[in-house]
Amino acid sequence: MFAYIVRRLLYAIPILVGVNLLTFALFFVVNTPDDMARMQLGAKRVTPEAIEKWKAERGYDLPLVWNSNEKFFLDKATKTIFVQKSAKLFLFDFGYSEDKRDIAGEITTRMWPSLALQVPVFFIGLAVCITFALLMAVFRASYLDVWGVVLCVAMMAISMLFYIIGGQYLFSKVLHLVPISGYQGGGDAFKFLILPVAIGVIAGIGGASRLYRTLFLEEMAKDFVRTARAKGLSERVVLFRHVLRNALIPILTGVVVAIPFLFLGSLLQESFFGIPGLGSYTIEAIQAQDFAVLRAMVFIGAVLYILALIATDISYTVADPRVRLQ
Amino acid sequence: MRALLLMLLLPLAAGCGEVWNDPYPAAERGKNILYSVFTERPKHLDPAQSYATDESQFTMQVYEPPLQYHYLKRPYQLVPNTALEVPQPKMVEKDGATYSVYEIRIQPGIRFQPHPAFVEKNLDLRKEQVDALGTPYQLPLGTRELTADDYIYQIKRLAHPRLQVPIFGLMSEYIVGLKEYAAALKKADKPGEWLDLRQHPLAGVERVDAHGYRVTLKGRYPQFAYWLAMHFFSPMPWEADKFFQQPGMAQKNFTIDWWPVGTGPYMLSENDPNSRMVLERNPNYRGVPYPSEGDPEDGKNGLLADAGKTMPFIDKAVYSREREAIPLWNKFLQGYYDTSGIGSDNFDQAVRISADGDAGLTPEMEKRGVRMETSVEPTVFYLGANWLDPVIGGAAGGESAERARKLRQALAIAIDWEEYLSVFANGRGVPSHSPLAPGIFGYREGKDSINPVTHEWKDGKAVRRPIEAARKRLAEAGYPDGRDARTGQPLVLYLDTVDRGPGGKAVIDWWRKQFARLSIQFEPRQTDWNRFQEKLRKGNTQLFMVGWRADYPDPENFMFLLNGPQARARGGGENASNYSNPEYDALFARMRHMPNSPGRQEIIDRMVDIFRRDAPWIGGFHRKSIGLIQGWLSNVKPNEMADNKLRYYRLDAARREAARRAWNRPIVWPLVLLVLAIVLATIPAFRSYRRRERMAATREQGAQPTPLRPPHPPGASA
Repeated sequence: MFAYIVRRLLYAIPILVGVNLLTFALFFVVNTPDDMARMQLGAKRVTPEAIEKWKAERGYDLPLVWNSNEKFFLDKATKTIFVQKSAKLFLFDFGYSEDKRDIAGEITTRMWPSLALQVPVFFIGLAVCITFALLMAVFRASYLDVWGVVLCVAMMAISMLFYIIGGQYLFSKVLHLVPISGYQGGGDAFKFLILPVAIGVIAGIGGASRLYRTLFLEEMAKDFVRTARAKGLSERVVLFRHVLRNALIPILTGVVVAIPFLFLGSLLQESFFGIPGLGSYTIEAIQAQDFAVLRAMVFIGAVLYILALIATDISYTVADPRVRLQ
Repeated sequence: MRALLLMLLLPLAAGCGEVWNDPYPAAERGKNILYSVFTERPKHLDPAQSYATDESQFTMQVYEPPLQYHYLKRPYQLVPNTALEVPQPKMVEKDGATYSVYEIRIQPGIRFQPHPAFVEKNLDLRKEQVDALGTPYQLPLGTRELTADDYIYQIKRLAHPRLQVPIFGLMSEYIVGLKEYAAALKKADKPGEWLDLRQHPLAGVERVDAHGYRVTLKGRYPQFAYWLAMHFFSPMPWEADKFFQQPGMAQKNFTIDWWPVGTGPYMLSENDPNSRMVLERNPNYRGVPYPSEGDPEDGKNGLLADAGKTMPFIDKAVYSREREAIPLWNKFLQGYYDTSGIGSDNFDQAVRISADGDAGLTPEMEKRGVRMETSVEPTVFYLGANWLDPVIGGAAGGESAERARKLRQALAIAIDWEEYLSVFANGRGVPSHSPLAPGIFGYREGKDSINPVTHEWKDGKAVRRPIEAARKRLAEAGYPDGRDARTGQPLVLYLDTVDRGPGGKAVIDWWRKQFARLSIQFEPRQTDWNRFQEKLRKGNTQLFMVGWRADYPDPENFMFLLNGPQARARGGGENASNYSNPEYDALFARMRHMPNSPGRQEIIDRMVDIFRRDAPWIGGFHRKSIGLIQGWLSNVKPNEMADNKLRYYRLDAARREAARRAWNRPIVWPLVLLVLAIVLATIPAFRSYRRRERMAATREQGAQPTPLRPPHPPGASA
């Protein structure tokens, strides 16, 4: 397994280079360093000298990918915006945003509120969805199953925005049970997180429960479950030891890959609930044409995604001893 | 069963006491704290770099420039802040050139806020010490007296090679030696080292004594006094500059740009631009009296009740970041914000427009004790015509220019700005009749205020001329019924706009309707902000919409938007329409440095006449701000020039607390009902499950034969 992990990590290097290249190309197709400077400096009293100064200070006065002004080949290739800005990312040195804030510090600060919101949503949501799906599967064709599926389809049809606005309206504006938005660290975070967590869980029930129900029903129809029942095992044992365990692999495929999003946050929920997480960091960077933040966030997203995919593969070996990573 | 009932009733009982949806810590309840919002994270809090209004709400409570605007008097008046008096320029002739010399005397005994920069040992910190800090205020704090050197240091910072100073270009044209000073500093600057500006003298700024300094400007520039009321000219202690240049500080976001250091009534004690910013009373603040004079109606409105009392009145101000309008508005309604603007979505809930077009509060708002304050902002938003365009511009001269002038006038009559404001801004604006916003010297009131080309005065009101007048003017321009009389080709006009998406479509449709009234074909050229700005710079537009917010309340700061030498396409200036009229430019050159006087008014009137005749802007509007203020907050008067308003506000915390309790009683029973419904709905399923379990258990004990058939037939589909 160790060799497999090392190989996968080595594969990650060209992937990350490619991601960087793509981010760079997409960004600079739309924006020029002059545009970035103007965006940062505002619309009033911006002189050409101020723009040149801004660019020189941040290294955007270099050519994008090839510096023909340099004498040596190495300098021609490296004294460019692409190399100067991207190379340090591989050492996890994200540098400063275009408005001179430390990006690593900003990410570290904003990561915790995102995690505080997304981790409970992830685990509670997983537990709720599996429980609900198991219930529907166990009581298949009963009123619980039929109305459960109807409820799931209805919940899938409703947009996240509606859950948020509806939840805020009902629980905060009408019933006055929780703050409508805001955030405080420590124990005080509970009252701010209870509504967004509940909404995050509820919004995810529809799709996930339907998928899990299908997976469970497929397992329940297999011979080993019949054999387990024929042995006289209790329903509880059949469900949790045989059905759930065997349905875990497809569930893990979807679940572990979602782990990066726990760090990267949720844009909508964080915006509406005033949670100072990472969800809006990338969007704000795009709006402000802040390439430094954008490339850092894309890089982190890519790294986390690669790690999550490796973790998914490893989790298969835990869930199913027959799986071997080579 | 009894236990279950008790569990259900407990939350109901709890609901009778405290509020549950209070977003603030319980320890803050009943305290003298103002709660407000910010929507965009501030980019700069450095007084040399900041240039945005939403940043000034923080910087101007901390920094104190030598002058300020009188809080209550209108038109806006400059009064001393830390200065002893408003300085009058002394004109000096030297080597055939004229110089204005401003000598500013500051009050003795003013002290800086507590700050670690004033403790000597904090200026030599190791990186590990810096790394261990959560905020700079964890270090020992000190203070010292404000001196003239601090003001001089800040003026020097305007030329600092590592700072982006938006007014450097402008100031280097006036402050003697500032341009050369910037070049010298650039040469002296070494990466990673603190650049001690005290070692580099600036020719145009001179220390008189500990409490006096002199600024020498090239020529006349009376508007300089207004700049002395802005944060660019606030004091900056050299110690703060050195303190924040120490190794490791920038990595912790400990910079002057992030942690302001001032002498003002408040100090920034918490800086989390993603969540909240907190200003706390500066314990070293000297305290200044509330104004005892104001406009005639101020006394009647209770704005002089605190006359002479020592300010500030509020201990702390908490600004929370709200990115979305819905939570912001609802928290205002719940009493958790003391002030609020009004978004389009909430406008009808808060404001009703009378038959006369006057805005008033809805009964719901009045019942809550909310007050409304309106004011016209010193802004102008206009539909500009590019002077360089052959169809709509006037640069070509001769007959072509005359045709274009009449075309612009026809459009100025036809485009219904009153409707635009009603549809897209809920009436929050007044149509413009000249570049000058109401309240600025030179602006005429009443009948004299209207543009006679586009409006007429009827029954004491400005009424837009009928569309027939526009059609007639269009025919005179050589485009009868929207077709070129010579070629018979339809007239096509292009509008460059950044309006896109669903909201933008409505605006574009409105524009199309306006042009259709003259049978002119309208083509929108939708683009992004970058390309739009590029087109303006290159003069590649035909029609476009832009705006301007004045830096100071002087007609020069509006009329220069049409000054020929300021043309955007020629020199990157603020004249976006590239308008050029030698007569206008000559009048502007005379008017710009005059004191407000009948003579200046006369020149402005002539310039406005030229503007109306040439119509380089095809109408526009001045934005109107509407603010809602909770009943417990007093001493609030709109002041569009002053940003240091927090010190004047007073609030009744006990009244707010009572209102919050009354407006936010928790209602628990629907939640209990919901839980009960879920429990009841699952009971049959649970019982069925238990029955199956029992069956299996019985089978395991051998009381029943093992069934051959499983509970569910295999192969059943999902």
